[in-house]
Amino acid sequence: MKIHKYDTVIVGAGGAGMRAAIEATKRSRTAVLTKLYPTRSHTGAAQGGMAAALANVEEDNWEWHTFDTVKGGDYLVDQDAAEILAKEAIDAVLDLEKMGLPFNRTPDGTIDQRRFGGHSRNHGEAPVRRSCYAADRTGHMILQTLYQNCVKEGVEFFNEFYVLDQLITEVDGVKTSAGVVAYELATGEIHVFQAKSVIYASGGTGKFFKVTSNAHTLTGDGQAACYRRGLPLEDMEFFQFHPTGIWRMGILLTEGARGEGGILRNKDGERFMEKYAPVMKDLASRDVVSRSIYTEIREGRGCGPEGDHVYLDLTHLPPEQLDAKLPDITEFARTYLGIEPYTDPIPIQPTAHYAMGGIPTNVEGEVLADNTTVVPGLYAAGEVACVSVHGANRLGTNSLLDINVFGKRSGIAAAEYAAKHDYVELPENPAELVETQVKNLLSSTGTERVAVIRKELQETMDANVMVFRTEQTIKTAVEKIAELRERYKNVSVQDKGKRFNTDLLEAIELGNLLDLAEVMAVSALARKESRGGHYREDYPNRDDVNFMRHTMAYREVADGGKDSIRLDYKPVVQTRYQPMERKY
Amino acid sequence: MATPTLEKAEAGFADSPYITVTFRIRRFNPEISDEATWQDFQVEIDPKERVLDGLHKIKWELDGSLTFRRSCAHGICGSDAMRINGKNRLACKTLIKDLNPEKPITVEAIKGLTVLKDLVVDMDPFFQAYRDVMPFLVTKGNEPTRERLQSAEDRERFDDTTKCILCAACTSSCPVFWNDGQYFGPAAIVNAHRFIFDSRDEAGEQRLEILNDKDGVWRCRTTFNCTDACPRGIEVTKAIQEVKRALITRRF
Ligand SMILES: Cc1cc2nc3c(=O)[nH]c(=O)nc-3n(C[C@H](O)[C@H](O)[C@H](O)COP(=O)(O)OP(=O)(O)OC[C@H]3O[C@@H](n4cnc5c(N)ncnc54)[C@H](O)[C@@H]3O)c2cc1C
Ligand code: FES
Repeated sequence: MKIHKYDTVIVGAGGAGMRAAIEATKRSRTAVLTKLYPTRSHTGAAQGGMAAALANVEEDNWEWHTFDTVKGGDYLVDQDAAEILAKEAIDAVLDLEKMGLPFNRTPDGTIDQRRFGGHSRNHGEAPVRRSCYAADRTGHMILQTLYQNCVKEGVEFFNEFYVLDQLITEVDGVKTSAGVVAYELATGEIHVFQAKSVIYASGGTGKFFKVTSNAHTLTGDGQAACYRRGLPLEDMEFFQFHPTGIWRMGILLTEGARGEGGILRNKDGERFMEKYAPVMKDLASRDVVSRSIYTEIREGRGCGPEGDHVYLDLTHLPPEQLDAKLPDITEFARTYLGIEPYTDPIPIQPTAHYAMGGIPTNVEGEVLADNTTVVPGLYAAGEVACVSVHGANRLGTNSLLDINVFGKRSGIAAAEYAAKHDYVELPENPAELVETQVKNLLSSTGTERVAVIRKELQETMDANVMVFRTEQTIKTAVEKIAELRERYKNVSVQDKGKRFNTDLLEAIELGNLLDLAEVMAVSALARKESRGGHYREDYPNRDDVNFMRHTMAYREVADGGKDSIRLDYKPVVQTRYQPMERKY
Repeated sequence: MATPTLEKAEAGFADSPYITVTFRIRRFNPEISDEATWQDFQVEIDPKERVLDGLHKIKWELDGSLTFRRSCAHGICGSDAMRINGKNRLACKTLIKDLNPEKPITVEAIKGLTVLKDLVVDMDPFFQAYRDVMPFLVTKGNEPTRERLQSAEDRERFDDTTKCILCAACTSSCPVFWNDGQYFGPAAIVNAHRFIFDSRDEAGEQRLEILNDKDGVWRCRTTFNCTDACPRGIEVTKAIQEVKRALITRRF
């Protein structure tokens, strides 16, 4: 075991982590621990764009953006946070441009903007051009630009270090962050990083679904590390299903395709979104479009021999426009489906995409231990966090924005905290939990296989807690997950070595997915209403009287060591906007 | 050589899309042996699936110790460049059906970088070369209040080289790089190009000087291996030629 000491430790080098690192490195001695090389992070997969009311191509302002964010989130958004997001969006985009990001340009040479789902002019009148983009590889450009600037600033990275535990020490009865424990992939060595402040920026958890746009490595490690140490997880029942994943594979085809004029059609060629969202049509919010697609499929209007998908039609768009604005996604269709999008519609289905819930924070990125108390020295930003700016459903282009705005904020806040505070004593045997976990998995002779349990988990999640949920389906999932968690205790790995043991790491990642899937299902079961991405067929309406509140899930451990989930609730911050019925 | 096989997953389906494919993989694990060996695995797979799916089947069902990097699984993160049937490609972008599955599919680590285990190589020298070309925007004077202006044509000038995902498929396909790891390699030059030809940047001269070095662009012998290898379709050789020309004319 090795011990390192840094002022600030950042867990993750995606957009949020690197944006934080650029700020923190200028102000404190900072280390970034990342399980992937920074440029492999899934921010690079983001396609469509980043929202900001620059008003470069038509009238727009941040207040409209705030409203759209709140409405898009089905009023579960904390409105003070949404206002910060929308206001600081403008500088966030300009910062990136100054760092070198090659945005697409207007004829005047300013940053070009395009339409995206749920973003409107004047509180829902018509779609507005708010998304700043670089072709359909905006996330790639953000990731590259931030990495380039990390190189420029001399940010210190520990690549292929997996953070597996959060260290907490009680100081005068207050849970305080003391550092993290990481496993080095290349050597199998365990490292303790003592730090004055820690920022989690470890991304989402979409791999507990089968059809997903998320990378294999998005296994919720940060959420799980905090949750296991008794910190709450907020709004985990809210997961976004993006309408247009490549049929069966889940690879994303950006909403920007519909922003450019693409149309969804059923087997009769009908533009069915006109029925469900007369104003915004194909650009209604994602939860609405995903449900509409499944409604078409269930009512027998799906395409293909099994009627299990619909089409994204781009054939009426000029090939030059597709080449200029959507080169990557049209290539995905050619590579993976053998389809030519110039002439043929693309088979799509909703795909698990984005975790609205996560580690609760306030607007400075400080992690909450309960509804009001912060954990001194602990921060979170990006998809791992829940501020909550996305509420029950995130608007497209608001996450690339979120990682930049709150990545920056938390980087500054964490470094400033580190400057003013001393190290907190490490707990006794700080590496014990990880050492035991690794030892047990390596020595286990159990008969269960990681891949089998993971597949069963993904199948039950897809079948039972996806776009449509009922008490019955969620209960089925809860029972299945409990069974899988039992069986997981009996899992073993074949690779017993120390060097690049990805077999071992996959087992650990599965453990994280199982814990988080359970939190998601249990939180979903208790929410007897429909709101945003959480749709209960048995409670099809939003219920503001009983459920206008955030879920807070805590892990409780009984004396015998058996764990369970305790649910609590947190009020939603409402400032300007009173909840209204959501129509698009 | 052990040849484990998979049980037939979908027995009984006459029109099952599955075929049996042999993967012949270059294995290396210094914890076990100093020698690399070839190992065959037989896998039932739908030819429309990717080589990465085949590797996952092996790892998940036959031999958990098979080691490779991967993340996004659709060609944008750059984790899984490897030599497949002797050519550098991304495993997640290579479909079985495009490979002649009748014959064994060979998979080995990319060349020119030290193999650490199976298909995993040491990427540090590769990233060091990248960092050495100052891969970031350099500007002088005061920052504008709003964005810097750039015409669509100026933006287009370096569009191709912004696509790079740093997978190393190009650099590790270059015979010059195989013989001399000191050579910057195509990927680093591509990333220098991305800034040299960006109208907003003011450090083109410095980058050109770096690439004028004995290990710089002049080492390129225009074999076009890099262009063929690039999974993003970047015209790598052309970019290198443009950098050479800029060195001669000092116009960019
Ligand atoms: C296909 C796709 C397209 C998208 N398109 C858009 C879009 O157009 N607009 C938009 O706004 N949003 C989009 N999103 C959402 C958005 O891209 C993501 O939510 C966002 O990029 C997440 O960034 P992040 O920094 O939080 O996490 P990530 O970029 O996922 O980074 C996570 C980091 O954490 C590290 N990490 C994880 N676990 C550990 C661990 N245990 N130890 C150490 N490090 C760890 C990883 O190495 C990685 O560096 C899209 C998402 C997907 C999947
Ligand atoms: S796994 Fe990301 S490029 Fe292949």
